Amino acid sequence: MREITYLEAVREAMTQEMERDERVFLIGEDIGAYGGAFGASFGMLEQFGPERILDTPITELGLTGAATGAALVGMRPIAEIMFMDFTTLASEQLVNQAAKLRFMFGGKASVPMVLRTPGGSGTGAAEHHSQSLENWFVHIPGLKVVMPSSPYDAKGLLIGAIRDNNAVVFVEHKLLYKMKGPVPEELYEIPLGTSEVKREGKDLTIVATSIMVQRSLAAAEQLAEEGIEVEVVDPRTLRPLDPKTIIQSVIKTGRVLIVHEAVKTGGFGGELAAVIGESKAFGYLDAPIVRLAGKDIPIPYNRTLEYHAVPQIENIVAKARDIVQGKV
Amino acid sequence: MLEGKVESISKAEAAEMLRLMYETRAFEEQAEKSYMMGKIHGTMHLSIGQEASAVGSISTLEPDDYILGHHRGHGLCIAKGADLNLMMAEFYGKEVGYCRGRGGSMHIADVSSGNLGANGVVGGGIPMAVGVGIGLKMRGTNRVLISFFGDGAASTGAFHESMILAVLFQVPVVFVCENNQYAMSFAADKWTTSERLAGFAEQYGMPGTAADGNDIVAVRQKVQVAVDRARSGGGPSLVVNNTYRYRGHSKSDRNRYRTQDEIEEWQRNDPILRYRKVLVSEGIFDDQELDAIKDAAYEAIEKARQFAEDSPEPAVDTILEGVYAP
Repeated sequence: MREITYLEAVREAMTQEMERDERVFLIGEDIGAYGGAFGASFGMLEQFGPERILDTPITELGLTGAATGAALVGMRPIAEIMFMDFTTLASEQLVNQAAKLRFMFGGKASVPMVLRTPGGSGTGAAEHHSQSLENWFVHIPGLKVVMPSSPYDAKGLLIGAIRDNNAVVFVEHKLLYKMKGPVPEELYEIPLGTSEVKREGKDLTIVATSIMVQRSLAAAEQLAEEGIEVEVVDPRTLRPLDPKTIIQSVIKTGRVLIVHEAVKTGGFGGELAAVIGESKAFGYLDAPIVRLAGKDIPIPYNRTLEYHAVPQIENIVAKARDIVQGKV
Repeated sequence: MLEGKVESISKAEAAEMLRLMYETRAFEEQAEKSYMMGKIHGTMHLSIGQEASAVGSISTLEPDDYILGHHRGHGLCIAKGADLNLMMAEFYGKEVGYCRGRGGSMHIADVSSGNLGANGVVGGGIPMAVGVGIGLKMRGTNRVLISFFGDGAASTGAFHESMILAVLFQVPVVFVCENNQYAMSFAADKWTTSERLAGFAEQYGMPGTAADGNDIVAVRQKVQVAVDRARSGGGPSLVVNNTYRYRGHSKSDRNRYRTQDEIEEWQRNDPILRYRKVLVSEGIFDDQELDAIKDAAYEAIEKARQFAEDSPEPAVDTILEGVYAP
C-alpha cells in the first residue's frame, strides 16, 4: 500500500471530505496561504478558495464559536486551533456551547463539528506550546475526543469525526506529523469509539494514547528480545471509550501498564485504571495497575529537561519489565 | 411620545406588536408569581420594561429568519413566535417543554422555528452568531439572523472577536445590544453609553446606531434598516437599544445598586404605555380595543400556566437522553 505521512493523511481526509460534501469547510488561523502552522491545509486554499478555507485573525474563541454556530445551521465545519494550549481560549464556546446545545435544547439540535488541534511536547516550544489537555475535554459530556496514533488512523478517524453528528475534539501529535505509514487512497471511515490491538502479546497489556502508542510499540520490540511479549492497545477514541478491547486484553495478560504524555494527576490514565479496576478484569490482575505519564510539571524548554518530562521508550521498557518481574 | 413614524406599520401588525409585548409582560409576571409560589425552581432573569426592544427588533424578521438570544430572552422567544404553552411548560421543567425540561428559563430554544436559543453565558451567543451567518451565507439562502446580547456582553472579549469576524466574513447578521443599564449590578454608564457602544461598530467596520429602546417604532425602524442591509448582502450592523429592566438581575437581587426613584422614573417611560398612547393619539385604535388585546394576552398566559401545571414531569429513566446525536 502507498505510504504517506500522518500530516498528509490529515490533509487528505479533509480534502476528500470537502470534495464529497459541500457542507464541510475549514476555519482557523493561518490555514490559508500559509497552509496551517504545521502545513495541514497546505494547498487547500488553491483547491477550494477563500469561501471554504476561512482564514481568521487571532480569534480562538471567535472561530470556535463560528464553527459551533455554523454547525447549528447544518454545516460541518472543521476548526483548527493552532496549538492545543490555545484551546484554553476556545473552551467557553466548546465546553459551554458546542458540547451542551443538544442536551440543553432537549435533544432537538445537533452540532456536527470537528476541532482539530496538535498537542504534545518534544519540539522545544516550552510551556505554552506543548501541553496535552485532552482529559479536560474527556470530562465534558457532549464532546467526543479522538487521538490518532498513526497515519492510517489519522485519516480514518478524521473522516469518522467529520461525519459524526457531534462536536469532536481531534487531537493530533506534532511529533507524529512526519511519521510515514500505509494509508489507502480511497475514503474510509474508522467509527469513533473503537479501540484497536496494535500488537498482540501475552505477558503484559500496555494501553497507550497518541504518540505513546508508537513508543510502546518500540518498547515492545525491545522487550520481545528479552522474552517479554507485550500487547499494545490503543483506545483511539477517549470519549466515547470502547472498554471491551482493553478489558479483554487485561484478562488475557493479567498485567496492565497505562502510558500517556499528559501529566499523571487528573490524566486519562486514572480513568482507564478505574475502568479496568471496576471491570471483571480486576479478578485476573496479577500485578497492580500502573500508570506511566508526564511528570506533574509544565513542559520545560531545556532539551534534556523536556525529554525527561514525558515517558520515553526506555522508561516504558523499564516499567514494563518491572511489572512483569513482579517489582511493582 | 414616539420618535418613529407609526403610520409605516399596518394596523394588523401594530396590534400584533402590542399583543406580543403584553404576552411577554404577562408571561414574566406569571413566571415570577409561580416562582414565588415555589412552582418554578431555580432562577429567572426578567425583562419586564424591555419589551419594545425584543418585539420591535424581531418584528422586522421573516418567519424563517433566525435569532440567537441571551439569558434575559423570554421576550425574544415570544416575539419569534414561541408557543406560550410549551414555553411555560419549560419553565415548569416539564417533558413537553421546548427543551424537555432540560434547559429551563435560560435556554429556551426552538431550532425548527429559527430560535437558536437563549444562553446562560453572558456573551456566549455572539461568537455562534457569526457562525450562523457564515452557514446561512454558504448555504446560499437570503435568511438573516439577529444576535441579541446586553451591555454586559459588550465588555467581553467574545464581543470583540465576533465583531471582527463578522466584518471579515460579511455575515448577514444584525447585532442588537440591549443596553438595560446594568450588568447584574455593574452600571453600564461607568464605562460606556449606548451612543458610544453604537460607535464601536464603525471602528470595526460596520454601521452602528443607538435607538430609544423603549420606543418600539424607533427600534423597528432602525433594526429594519440593518436587516434589509444584511439580507441584501451588505453585511453586519449593530443597533443598540437603550432600555431598562424594572426587576432585579435575577431572583437573588436586592436592588442595592440603584434607587427606587430611578426605577420609577423609567416606569414612567414604559414601552407599552408609550406605544399605547401613540396608537390612540394617532387614531389607529381606541383604548377599549387595546384593553381587549391586553386581556387576551393575560388570558393566554393563564392558559399556558394551566397547561404547564397539568403537564407531566420528565421520566427519570430518560435522564441520559440527548447528550449525543446518533
